[in-house]
Amino acid sequence: MLNRNEILETINMVEKEHFDVRTITMGISLIPCIRDDAEKTATLCYDRICKKAKNIVKVAEDLGAEYGIPIINKRVSITPASLLTSSFSGKEVVLAKALDRAAKTVGVDFLGGYSALVHKGMTSYEKSFIESIPEALSVTDRMCSSVNVGSSKAGINMDAVRLMGKIIKQTAEVTKDRDGFGCAKLVVFCNAVEDNPFMAGAFHGVGEGETVINVGVSGPGVVHHALKSIKGASIDEVAETIKKTAFKITRAGQLIAKEASKRLNAEFGIVDLSLAPTPVMGDSVAHILEEIGLDSVGAHGTTAALAMLNDAVKKGGVMASSNVGGLSGAFIPVSEDIGMINAAKSGAITLSKLEAMTCVCSVGIDMVAIPGDTPDTTISGMIADEAAIGMINNKTTAVRVIPVPNKGVGDFVEFGGLLGSAPIMAVSPYGCSPFIERGGRMPAPIHSNKN
Amino acid sequence: MRAIVTVIGKDKAGIIAKVSTALAENSVNIEDISQTIVQGNFTMLMLCDLSGAKLTLKELKNNLLELGEKIGVSIHVQHEDIFNAMHKI
Repeated sequence: MLNRNEILETINMVEKEHFDVRTITMGISLIPCIRDDAEKTATLCYDRICKKAKNIVKVAEDLGAEYGIPIINKRVSITPASLLTSSFSGKEVVLAKALDRAAKTVGVDFLGGYSALVHKGMTSYEKSFIESIPEALSVTDRMCSSVNVGSSKAGINMDAVRLMGKIIKQTAEVTKDRDGFGCAKLVVFCNAVEDNPFMAGAFHGVGEGETVINVGVSGPGVVHHALKSIKGASIDEVAETIKKTAFKITRAGQLIAKEASKRLNAEFGIVDLSLAPTPVMGDSVAHILEEIGLDSVGAHGTTAALAMLNDAVKKGGVMASSNVGGLSGAFIPVSEDIGMINAAKSGAITLSKLEAMTCVCSVGIDMVAIPGDTPDTTISGMIADEAAIGMINNKTTAVRVIPVPNKGVGDFVEFGGLLGSAPIMAVSPYGCSPFIERGGRMPAPIHSNKN
Repeated sequence: MRAIVTVIGKDKAGIIAKVSTALAENSVNIEDISQTIVQGNFTMLMLCDLSGAKLTLKELKNNLLELGEKIGVSIHVQHEDIFNAMHKI
C-alpha cells in the first residue's frame, strides 16, 4: 500500500496549494495544407485542426478526473503561419479568422502559431505577414502571435526589431477599446523554442513531428508551501526543497503527458517544467521569492533568489521527465502574478529590475503595461535589450508589453482571467531612436562559433 | 485498474459502512484499507480494484462525491498511478 502521508500530500497540493497541470498543448503541422490561395489554405487548415484536436478537451477533462489533478488549459499550436501564407501575401487575415474559428470549434482556450521566424532575415512574404498581425489580433479572440527576432547563432535582426516596435503600437491602437488587449497575445522572442506549450509564444516548429503533445506543469503555490516549513534554513536546504518539489510536480505532468499522447494518437513531445503564476492568491512566483526572504520582490537580492529558484526547478524536473523542453523555468509576468502586481503598484519593482531578473530565468519582460504614448522606437529598444540578453546568454528571452492607449503611469488596466491586471509602469524617458533607425543585423556573439 | 479512495472528514458512526457499501454495490473490490485520525480529522485510505467494476473511474468518482456530500465528508477517487509517479523514483 502507498504511504499515507504521500497520498495526503498530493491531495493537499491540489486542494490547498493550487497544484495543476497548466496546459496540454497539441502541436499540429499544417505544412500539408499549403495552397496558393488564401481561402483554400484556410479551409484545409481549419479542417486539419478540427480533425486532429477533436478530442483534446474531452481527453484533458477525463485525465483530470481520473488522476485528480486539474488540467487548466487545452491549447493548440501550429506551424508558424508565415510559412503557410507565402503565396497569398496581403490576405493573411483570411487564415487568421479560420484558425480562430478552429480554436472555437474544438473548444481550446488559445491557438498559438500566428508566428514568423525572422531572426536572420525577413522575406517579403514574412514582412507582409508581420504587418498583418495587428488586424489579425483585432479580429480574432483566441489566436496568439509571436515573432522571433534573434538567436545566439544568427544574431539580432534589427530591422525586425524596428518593425516589431511599430507592430506592437499598431496592435494596441486597433484594440484600444479593450485597453490594447491585442498586445497581450503578441510576444517577441529571441531564441524562441519550437516545443513551447505556453501562450502567447507557442508554435509548432518545423523540426517537430506531425502531431505532438507538449505539457506545461505549474505549481508556484506548492513550492511556496514547501518553503514555509523550512523557515530560517540555509539556502542549500531551500534549493534542495525546491528541487524535490519540482520533481513531484513534473512527474505528475509526465504521467499526464504520456497518457494524453496515447489517447490522442499523438507523439509525446516534452514536459515544460515552468513555475507559471496566476493572479489568484497562493499561486505567485513573487511570493516564493518573498518567502525566501525578500521584503518585496524587486528588492536587492531578487535576482540571486530567482536564479537559485529557476535552477532548482530545472534540476528537480529534469530527473522526473524523460524529455524536458519548452521554456522550463520560473515565469515573471507582472499582470498574472498577484505578488508582482502589488510590487509594481507600490513601486518596489521597476522595469530595470525586471530586465535584470530576465537574465536568470525564463522568459522576459512579460505582461507589462506601459504608457500608451511610449514611442515605438522605445519599445524596439526594450526588445533589443531583451534579445541581447537572450543572444549572449544562450537562453530564450521575450517581450510582451502592452502600451495601453490613453493611459499613463499611475493608471491601472484590467485584462481579466488568467491575464490579470496591472499598473502602468514607467519606461525610460530617454529615447533610442537613432540606434533603432540604423536597422541591419547585429552579428552573432563570438561564443556562437562552436563548430 | 486500481484506484485510491481517500475519505477525509469529521469522525462519526457509519462512514466506513456507507463508503464500502457504495463500493460493493458497484462491484469494486477493496484490497487494502487503513484508517486513522489526522489532526482531529477522520482519514481513511482504500486501495480499490476496479477491474470487475460496473462503472468507470470517472463515474465512481461522481457517485462517491455525491455520497460524500450527503454524509458530510470529502471523498477523492484517483488512479493509483498518480501517487506512484509523484512519490516513487
